[in-house]
Amino acid sequence: MHTTRLLKTAATGITVVLLAAACGSSSSSTPSGSAGTTERPAPPAGAAAASVGAGEGELNIVAWAGYAENGSTDKTVDWVTQFTKDSGCKVNVKIGNTSDEMVTLMKTGQYDGVSASGDATLRLVYGGDVAPVNTDLVPNYKTVSDFLKLKPWNSVNGTAYGIPHGWGANVLAYNTAVVKPAPTSWGAVFDANSPYKGKITAYDSPIYIADAALYLSKTKPELKITNPYALDDTQFQAAVDLLKVQRPLISKYWAAYTDQVNSFGAQESVLGTAWQINANLINGEKKVAVESFVPSEGSTGWSDTWMIASKAAHPNCMYKWMDYIISPKVNAQVAEWFGEAPAQTLACKETSDKAFCDGFHALDATYANSISYWTTPTKNCLDGRGDICKDYAAWTQAWTEIKG
Amino acid sequence: MALDTTTPTATSPEGSPRSVSGFLYRHPRVRLAGLLTAPMFWLVVLYLGSLAIMVLASFWSTDSFTGSLIKNPTLENYQTLFRGQVYWVIAARTVGIALAVTVIDMVLAVPLAFMAAKVVRSRRIRYAIVIAVTMPLWAGYLVKGYAMQTMFINNGVIDWILEPLGLKGPGLGLAAVVFSLAYLWLPYMVLPVYAGLERLPDSLLEASADLGASAGHTFRSVVLPMIVPSLIAGSIFTFSLTLGDYIMVKIVGGTTQMWANVIYDNVGVANNLPLAAAAALFPITVVVLYLLAVRRTGALENL
Amino acid sequence: MTISRRARWILGLISAAVLVFIYFPLVVVVVNSFNASKVFSWPPTSFTTEWWTKAATNDGVRAAILTSVKAASGATIIALLLGSMIAFAVSRYRFFGREPLSFVVILPIALPGIVTGIALNSSFNTVLVPLGISFGLFTVILGHATFCIVVVFNNLLARLRRTGTSFEEAAMDLGAGPFQTFRDVTFPAVRSALVAGALLAFALSFDEIVVTTFTSGPGIETLPQWIFNNLFRPNQGPIINAVAAAVLVAFIAPVYLAMRMSDGPGRVTQVGAEP
Repeated sequence: MHTTRLLKTAATGITVVLLAAACGSSSSSTPSGSAGTTERPAPPAGAAAASVGAGEGELNIVAWAGYAENGSTDKTVDWVTQFTKDSGCKVNVKIGNTSDEMVTLMKTGQYDGVSASGDATLRLVYGGDVAPVNTDLVPNYKTVSDFLKLKPWNSVNGTAYGIPHGWGANVLAYNTAVVKPAPTSWGAVFDANSPYKGKITAYDSPIYIADAALYLSKTKPELKITNPYALDDTQFQAAVDLLKVQRPLISKYWAAYTDQVNSFGAQESVLGTAWQINANLINGEKKVAVESFVPSEGSTGWSDTWMIASKAAHPNCMYKWMDYIISPKVNAQVAEWFGEAPAQTLACKETSDKAFCDGFHALDATYANSISYWTTPTKNCLDGRGDICKDYAAWTQAWTEIKG
Repeated sequence: MALDTTTPTATSPEGSPRSVSGFLYRHPRVRLAGLLTAPMFWLVVLYLGSLAIMVLASFWSTDSFTGSLIKNPTLENYQTLFRGQVYWVIAARTVGIALAVTVIDMVLAVPLAFMAAKVVRSRRIRYAIVIAVTMPLWAGYLVKGYAMQTMFINNGVIDWILEPLGLKGPGLGLAAVVFSLAYLWLPYMVLPVYAGLERLPDSLLEASADLGASAGHTFRSVVLPMIVPSLIAGSIFTFSLTLGDYIMVKIVGGTTQMWANVIYDNVGVANNLPLAAAAALFPITVVVLYLLAVRRTGALENL
Repeated sequence: MTISRRARWILGLISAAVLVFIYFPLVVVVVNSFNASKVFSWPPTSFTTEWWTKAATNDGVRAAILTSVKAASGATIIALLLGSMIAFAVSRYRFFGREPLSFVVILPIALPGIVTGIALNSSFNTVLVPLGISFGLFTVILGHATFCIVVVFNNLLARLRRTGTSFEEAAMDLGAGPFQTFRDVTFPAVRSALVAGALLAFALSFDEIVVTTFTSGPGIETLPQWIFNNLFRPNQGPIINAVAAAVLVAFIAPVYLAMRMSDGPGRVTQVGAEP
């Protein structure tokens, strides 16, 4: 315990020196073509590193399931071991099942980095839990898709706060043997008279309210919902009411991905919101066949960013990890395993399925911009209408109410 | 204990340890202080202090965007909990589940404990029964939880057993939660009842039989009243464990929510410690009131 | 006790039914540990011993078991010390605050784990972290010891009440000092209660997940935490059933011993003493 504490103090000391030296050097160029970002309030002061030194020997990260595989889920799925060999950093992965969990974990200050979705990133930035990232220190960043750089969810006023990892849509999955005819719309999970009542699943997080709002934006245009994360009282109430209509249809609200895999496998659920990786795992067991797709109304989704903790104990290892995870081969592996579009443009040449990137529209900026990525709802409406929207606390309380 | 202040005048070659012993013997208060300092520090400062901080936190709030604590006193957390209808529903549901679990465990525990303590003659079989009841505690809470899921899930073990009869199990949900919790806490009910029955003098039961009471009558009028403290001791466990459980209900409860989920969802997930702390006051109040109420029955010594 | 044969039969039947009820899910666990399917499937269509071999060679499991043993040992030792101190103080002396103290001792185990967990977590954050003590094995032991104290306390208190002070007074009258009295008279009489308490404390700590979640840090993984983390991973899930079955069998002997030791001398001193 004594030695560890000594090492930790040394590492912190090095970080302090680095940060002090880097004072004022923020990262890259002015935002290029990012859609009308109004000037935001300044987040708590934090400086990006000036250089990356030798690895500290250990790395503690919070990640989505499937992002940091070390062979324990599937022997052939492993990119962490190679990283440890290359950098000498032993990786401890803590899986966060929802963005909320990840924010809570990062607040403990015990982790060096996190793969944050858009509904966590700004909370972490403004909470002072993450530091800006010096993208010059991450060589593979140069070839990341341009439509992911310096976006509203991973940058503030031109300062980058993370390295894009990958992005994807929340899909609608269904058991092909049971659900006939095949659904085409999200209406299938909101239908009060659904023949699959009691066998539908939904994602267990307040952010799921946005899925209802997205559906309403297409089916009830009179509500004038332009951004499913910017909901005023009327719009919010409509979404909550829809979810209460859905409540009796639900067999399980899932957060841990294997819960959904087991649920579909036991045919406890036959239809519902899923991630591509869940569908892949269910099909892999060859007991139940599921099909997954993005319905006609479009989807909510995520665009994940690797962020470094503001008080990271192992910042050098974290920078090495961030560069490693978006290197072409590794980003391709992650994308194929999880079932998402890789952030790294060069990864498309490295995928085992050559049509993979096409299937996920990985290089299609228009498609990428059509997904309603998870974003933290704030009182100040994200679509610019002023302070009339519901904030995340209201979403959380409504979620408890919806589940009943 | 007799506080005899006259010291023995025996002289002995032991020297220093002797004088320390003597000193301690003459000063019971020093002995007492020595015994109590460490535990008091641990329990009062560390534990009660932590609880106090938590209660204090329930009067704070968090910035919903950044999650930082705002330490200005406010009643908004309590207002949220009292005003929201869903919280009353969840609280009532949780207490209902706790009562059901307690009753079920009592009904299951008493015959078994009675069998082991009073009926079985062979000591070896008695040990075997008690060990058999305690062993599942070692199987691990989570493991048993997932075994329960395997049992209750659609096409699970229960459905598989009931299929030839043309019936179907209740599936994951409220019934599964009650059943699983009752299953998990059963050993905590059996052990105090067994200990209580063991202490029950056989002579009382013989006397009752001699006076002409049937087994059932003896049980109702002699045995039951004597084991009330043990039953209450067991119920403290089943009640408090149920009030605090948030994991089992997620595994076998389907979409059911219990009170501890409100606590956990706010502290572990939504990072809203003040609201979670306010919610935590509910089980704390219930348990403390219950403990105070049953102190007189002597149940607390049977835990 | 004389009860009718009919009553005895009914009682026996009910007891047997309850025992079956208790063990059936455990049988399911054992059967599932041989189930070849990775995700849920019942009844098992094919069997394999693969999970047992994987469990035996899995580094994570072994590290987790070791961590659990360390945490449980630390917690048990602290519980033994503090629990004994309080038990002796409460049974042998009258002092201001004796009743409230007995009450407070019970709180850590009577209050839900999540409450203890949150409370300890926020105070560790407020007090220990600024001092440089980060969350880890130490904080886990602190958390576990808190609710283990009462277990030792209760067992010991019951025994001390039963044994009374007459033997000790006799020893003192014969010239023994407090230390010697303790060593030769008190300790042997309460030893089995201490063992029973220690074993129960060890068991409680070993299987604890809730308080551990809130008092643990990265890099520390007790067995319940390992199980919790791996139940969510498709390939690891079935291994857990094997691990659980193994742990179950491994603890039969110690529990039996504890029973023997707690029952033995206690019965002797019970003669003539009130319950």
